Amino acid sequence: MAWTGKILRIDLTNIACSTEELNRQWAQEYLGQRGLATKYLVEEIDAKVDALSPENKMIMTTAPLTGTMASTGGRYSVVTKSPLTHCIACSNSGGFIGAELKNAGWDMIIFEGRAPTPVYLYIVNDQVELLSADEIWGTSVWSTDAWLHNKHQDPLLRIAAVGRSAEAGCLYAGIVNDLHRAAGRSGVGTVMAAKNLKAVAVRGTLGVGNIHDPARFMQAVTAGKKVLAEGAVTGEGLPTYGTQVLMNVINEVGALPTRNMSEVQFEGVSKVSGEAMHEPRKSDGKPNLTTNAGCFACTIACGRISTIDQGHFSVENKPEYWGNSGGLEYEAAWALGPDIGVDDLDALTYANYLCNEDGYDPISFGSTLAAAMELYQLGAITKKQTGGVELTFGSAEALVWAAEITATGEGFGKDLGLGSKRLCEKYGHPELSMTVKGQEFPAYDPRGIQGMGLAYATSNRGACHLRGYTVSSEVLGIPEQTDPLATENKAALVKAFQDATAVVDSAGLCIFTTFAWSLEDIARQIDAACEGDWSAERLTEVGERIWNMERDFNLRAGMTAADDTLPKRFLKDAAKTGPATGRVCDLDQMLPEYYQLRGWDADGVPTDATRQRLGLA
Amino acid sequence: MQRSLLIDPGKCTGCVQCELACSLEKEGIFNPSKSRIRVFTFHYEGRFVPYTCTQCSEAWCMQACPVDAIALDAGTGAKVILDAACVGCKVCTISCPFGTVNYNSDTGKVIKCDLCGGDPACAKACPTAAITYVDADQTGYDKMRVWAGKTDAGAMASTQYGGT
Repeated sequence: MAWTGKILRIDLTNIACSTEELNRQWAQEYLGQRGLATKYLVEEIDAKVDALSPENKMIMTTAPLTGTMASTGGRYSVVTKSPLTHCIACSNSGGFIGAELKNAGWDMIIFEGRAPTPVYLYIVNDQVELLSADEIWGTSVWSTDAWLHNKHQDPLLRIAAVGRSAEAGCLYAGIVNDLHRAAGRSGVGTVMAAKNLKAVAVRGTLGVGNIHDPARFMQAVTAGKKVLAEGAVTGEGLPTYGTQVLMNVINEVGALPTRNMSEVQFEGVSKVSGEAMHEPRKSDGKPNLTTNAGCFACTIACGRISTIDQGHFSVENKPEYWGNSGGLEYEAAWALGPDIGVDDLDALTYANYLCNEDGYDPISFGSTLAAAMELYQLGAITKKQTGGVELTFGSAEALVWAAEITATGEGFGKDLGLGSKRLCEKYGHPELSMTVKGQEFPAYDPRGIQGMGLAYATSNRGACHLRGYTVSSEVLGIPEQTDPLATENKAALVKAFQDATAVVDSAGLCIFTTFAWSLEDIARQIDAACEGDWSAERLTEVGERIWNMERDFNLRAGMTAADDTLPKRFLKDAAKTGPATGRVCDLDQMLPEYYQLRGWDADGVPTDATRQRLGLA
Repeated sequence: MQRSLLIDPGKCTGCVQCELACSLEKEGIFNPSKSRIRVFTFHYEGRFVPYTCTQCSEAWCMQACPVDAIALDAGTGAKVILDAACVGCKVCTISCPFGTVNYNSDTGKVIKCDLCGGDPACAKACPTAAITYVDADQTGYDKMRVWAGKTDAGAMASTQYGGT
């Protein structure tokens, strides 16, 4: 139970909708969301398919705990093949649309083919229609949101949409829901736009029932909420500072990648930190941060709701940007700040607004801009390409300009939309791309946090912090402190985090709960909600099964062990400041052990024994 | 002592735990669309406001009902829908100045907050104490205390004694 048992299949090519029953056997093996939808995807598409062709499929998916009262139980994921990495893509988002989809009675929506002309999907419970998006094609996510609310005269409609960046082919476009939450990474929005699908608008009033043991579930939910409220990170740090609580912390451990990751500490960090967002501005006495906000059912509420200084050059005479909207979170603040050397909080907030408004991943965008700035420094990119703009590290004006042209894909914005890997190849310096498998790094330097180096190198969706967040252990001491500069035992740590994360992503929950919850806390809630006995041990095995299934897909797609590596900058150039001074990332000391622990051969391929053990044979 | 729901929008994060708790209590299912308390998001202003029935002493819904299907719970002061009597005419939904009585098309009856018989599920579920259930005659107490603390005497007491 807890699943609705219903799948919606949308054949875009033929503008046809059908329903089918959920494969219950797979649900027992892969739980939901990331795991279950990936199982459907790998069974239904050829791994070698062109990600932007009609043959690729895209799945929007909920999980057993989505729509329930379990804290953070409102998540949904988008699973497809990535045009950025050519690997599996699974991007996860909060907000409210995931729960709405579940309330409408659906475990997942499978999109296939490509619509002949732009369409959007309109769902009210079991009433499902594909409608013309001609009037909203070529407009932003925010305009689309307003248009759909107006057209359907329904303020309670929940909307996920792609923006102009996705339509222009930006390879790291995301899908934005509820105006400022996003399935942001790996170009899932690019795939959606390539299918001529502009938006999904959902209203669900059926409710989420089918809880296996409601009384035991509510006991587990209430206990879980208490653990989060009492946790230092989940009860205090995140509500107060959001994920931006990390900015100063990571800088101090010498792992804040700066200026295209050429340095590990940023001199302007105090101006763009979580603390800085609380400081009253000189102009109007208001801080950048208005309030914190929770996604559906979330009792942590790390979300930032912010304003931009109305007098700031980025929004002067643009009153449409003077209101509140989604503010800076750590990864975005880092990519739009330290990684390009900019310390102007209002410029960062404005660029973040644009990422939400037109749906492109701030991490990949900032990292790509950082690479462009280094190329400009070298003279490989000149004012000829930028149309006269000085693309220098530290320039807030350059950030604002770059964000505006990436939103629409005009001019040099087209180049920025390629992502760091393709941009650096185009301008003759592939070594300046800070990517793994084509996806840009997030905000933790693997020289200062060694385990993250292994996590990045082996992540199934390219460089990513959300596939194995060992920062939790190596920096925050959760669940137990490990030395960020040591490589010993990091292979086991990374594997444990990767498998556990796959479980959380398949349950309908937010990974931030794990700053306080153990897998046992999660198992208690799943076990009460779902039929079948769900222990922490069984969940760990589900996580490992999911990880290996994703790995298999990537191998079939053409990835090899040679792709499990890091840019030379992390392997050869030692950190120059901070606690990690003199250190590179010693990936080679961790990777062979990792393969062994995974039950993979020396080429990084799961052995037959491993496949059999996990039921993947 | 009678108690009232006290709502402090400044503390609300918009998580809708209250809506989930309410719908579970009243409908046996997680379904925000059937919740008697609703959280409103004012995006541009950056505010979240939970809103539900204030249990008016002179309750217009109760007076308007033609079949006496809304009764006073003397213990809690709540105005309670009597499902057996409700004919779904919706006159109460029109007479309520605040819109907090609503029709449920699934049952053909109206729904409104009844304070859960004196133990409101929304207040218990709220993680930030934006919804509390307090002495009906002292709903302004906390706000008064905050303002008292801003007077000269209050500020001095805070400096001298560390405040309470």
